[in-house]
Formats: sequence, C-alpha cells, structure tokens
Amino acid sequence: MENGGSEGRDPSGFLSEIIGTPVTVKLNSGVVYKGELQSVDGYMNIALEQTKEYVNGKVHRTYGDAFIRGNNVQYISADS
Amino acid sequence: MSDTEDASAPQSEPLDLVRLCLDEIVFVRLRGDRELKGRLHAYDSHCNLVLGDVQETIYIVEDEEEDEEGTVRTVNKQSEMLFVRGDSVVLISPQGQP
Repeated sequence: MENGGSEGRDPSGFLSEIIGTPVTVKLNSGVVYKGELQSVDGYMNIALEQTKEYVNGKVHRTYGDAFIRGNNVQYISADS
Repeated sequence: MSDTEDASAPQSEPLDLVRLCLDEIVFVRLRGDRELKGRLHAYDSHCNLVLGDVQETIYIVEDEEEDEEGTVRTVNKQSEMLFVRGDSVVLISPQGQP
C-alpha cells in the first residue's frame, strides 16, 4: 500500500498495484478473461498469463500468454 | 541482474509479448467471431499485423427461431499472406503451448 496513501490515488496507480496478481478482464463483447496480470500500458492493452477465456460463463479456451488490445476492455478487476 | 525473467521483469509492456511472437505461430482473435492462426511476420503499435500461411476461421451462428441455441457453422479460409488492420484485433496469443 505504498502507492499514494489516501489522497493521490488514481486509476493507473491501482493498475500498477495489481500487476502480478490474478485479475478478471471483461471485454465489451461480454467475453471474460481470468489470468495473472503481467502488464498494462496507457492504451489499456493488457498482457495476461495462465489465461482462461469465458464465453457465456463457460471456459471456452485457455492461453499460456495472451495480449488483449485495450480498446476492447470494459473493466479490469482484482480477484483477490 | 540478468535473472529478471517472468515474475520480476521490470517495466515490461503488453506489446513485448507480441514482439516475442515474431516469426512464431500465433493465434489471433478478431472482432466478428473470426480467428486467425498463422506466422507473425510483422506488427506495429496499432496491432496491424502481417501474417503468413494463415488459416482463418469464421463462426457463423445460424439463428433458427425454434432452436434456442442456434447452430454454429464454421468457415475456413487459407491465405498465403494477410495484412490485418489493428482495430479488428481482440487478442493475440503465442501458439507454442497447446
């Protein structure tokens, strides 16, 4: 919790805080990805490890590594 | 200082993952229920891609009114070389692992 005590918190601070942890990423299409957040950039492009892809709530595919283009992202949620 | 591999790689960015896929077989998910599998020859920051020896799979849902789920038909196309405009890219993944 070193990142910006209570005042200076911003969204990118949150993102850098959760790097390396399990996250859920939902896309505008409704598809959900769960995996370990490897990195994020300013476009909200995302790299995930050990990724599971959920379509209609069911596991559809798994990826060892996955790059997600930022424009498709609806939200990123920390799982833990 | 050289043992910064996966876990503690400092300041890596998502496109590094794509760079590591150059000249490798990649799986690409596109908008409109399309998928590509082919060798990544080039990319840029927009995710414009040049793929070689590409298999394109298109999933077509045939919506029959009585059938709740509808049936999904797949169409496959093969291309020697394909330029993909970045704005249709959803996901890129290396295909080294099953």
